[in-house]
Amino acid sequence: MAKISKEEIEHTAALARLKSDGENLEEILDYVAECEKAPTDEIEAISQISNLKNVSRTDEVEKSLPVEKVLQNAPAKQDNYIKTKQIFE
Amino acid sequence: MTDKKELNIKETFELFKNKKTTPVELAKVCFEKITNLNHELNAFVKVLNSNALDAAEESQKRFEAGNPKGLLDGVPIAIKDNIAIEGIETAAASKILQGFVPPYEATVITKLKEAGAVILGKTNLDEFAMGSSTETSVFGPTKNPHDKTRVPGGSSGGSAVAVASGMSPLAIGSDTGGSIRQPASFCGIVGFKPTYGLVSRYGLFAMASSLDQIGPMARSVEDVEILFEAISGYDPKDSTSLKEEIRNKKIEIRDLKIGIPNEYFAEGLDPKVKKVIEQAISKFKEMGAEIKEVSLPNSKYALSCYYIIMPVEVASNLARYDGIKYGYSEIKNSELRIKNLLDVYLKSRSSGFGKEAKRRIMLGTYTSSAGYIDQYYNKAQKVRSLVKKDFDKVFQEVDFILGPVAPTTAFKIGEKTTDPLTMYLSDIYTIAVNLAGLPAISVPCKKVDDLPVGLQIIGPQFSDFKIFDLAKKYEGVKDGLQGA
Repeated sequence: MAKISKEEIEHTAALARLKSDGENLEEILDYVAECEKAPTDEIEAISQISNLKNVSRTDEVEKSLPVEKVLQNAPAKQDNYIKTKQIFE
Repeated sequence: MTDKKELNIKETFELFKNKKTTPVELAKVCFEKITNLNHELNAFVKVLNSNALDAAEESQKRFEAGNPKGLLDGVPIAIKDNIAIEGIETAAASKILQGFVPPYEATVITKLKEAGAVILGKTNLDEFAMGSSTETSVFGPTKNPHDKTRVPGGSSGGSAVAVASGMSPLAIGSDTGGSIRQPASFCGIVGFKPTYGLVSRYGLFAMASSLDQIGPMARSVEDVEILFEAISGYDPKDSTSLKEEIRNKKIEIRDLKIGIPNEYFAEGLDPKVKKVIEQAISKFKEMGAEIKEVSLPNSKYALSCYYIIMPVEVASNLARYDGIKYGYSEIKNSELRIKNLLDVYLKSRSSGFGKEAKRRIMLGTYTSSAGYIDQYYNKAQKVRSLVKKDFDKVFQEVDFILGPVAPTTAFKIGEKTTDPLTMYLSDIYTIAVNLAGLPAISVPCKKVDDLPVGLQIIGPQFSDFKIFDLAKKYEGVKDGLQGA
């Protein structure tokens, strides 16, 4: 049984930018630990299946969204900027 | 005119062309059905009456002028609410996106509009497509039209119900671990998950980017194929989009070898579902295909592998919802005494995300955090390799794989909401396909206790049109075809 301390849950929540609400992850982590039994010596890890690499476009200016459209959903804004709370004390 | 619910795309086109009915009339029939049925089924979360009628009128003019755009011109369609339509609120069934109006349009929507399709509205889903029952939606659960005490499956439950109940002849869904195929199976319609990379994901609200794929849902394989042709194709706006030209040759069923993976018929599969699937498989044998037992030995690790990889991608993708750029925010909530930026993040995300979304963000953050990434995420990426190699090997021996879509028929609403693990198990036969990026279809076979069951046909990468061909052959011979 995976044992996760309260501190670890709180640390994870902090990394995820969530308030910890005492979520129980142990049962699911126990289940996914099944993966550990798979024979993966000399098996390469894959993150996707399409074999594409470094997809890029030519560095040319393209038509993009006008500022007012980009900002239309921002909860707080001023002039042509998104407004945030202060970052440092 | 006959019941428009039963019309397929080609018949509809003929009727429009011969002026037996019009796109406006058909759209109105759909809206009438929506008015009568949706309050109970909750398939649509937003109905776009005036936009749809405008589009239908435009289409009607094209038919009157004798130059329709093609088969989809004037045909109504429903869109899953995690796909952006410019100027139309799109919330992915999450509180954190309520009120969000996309300033841009998904490529599939642009393509559908260019084809003249009439968008009826947005359909319900599990929050951010995370679920197998359409119960985690902020808009409340969708109900299965075959039995309203049961779930429609998920996460594309709203799209499946819109089609199964006749509110819309066509729908678009998305499939990350079975989210098109499983609700198609539970609702008795056809649902197709294309080869990864063939349909642009631009404008699909990302859940797990290496697994997500948009796909068509309809009443027949032919309609699904026509819809797939309309929405697929290379798109430079999606960096995982493929340029592959995949118009496959027609298949000859007598030349086919079909694999039956013994792992898909083992413990966990409802015996009645098993029987119906085996009967369906015997139809392929009668048609002349060679049926062969095969093995996907690593499929026992697929679900655990998926529940590591998917949440890690979820945690990363959902980091964008921060209460600053768009969506639900506590930034102006004076009662919360928001002091700084971090406070905005914490409080907006904590009250904006639902339980399952938070659970997956937490899981993915944990399994990719320093100290655990090797044990979980890096290991799972290797297991993904194994799962893919299993399929590669089997497809050297056989042309297709047949099996169940889901281990059971539609379950009761509320039955699995308290136990996430049991819920996750309903995707046991569908997720490996996403891990390997393969195409697969769910086609209705016989019912079990009056509830639909879907047969799954899985093919190798880029065999999409061959799958349609085979599925159409099965549609032609199966007996006791059930409607909605």
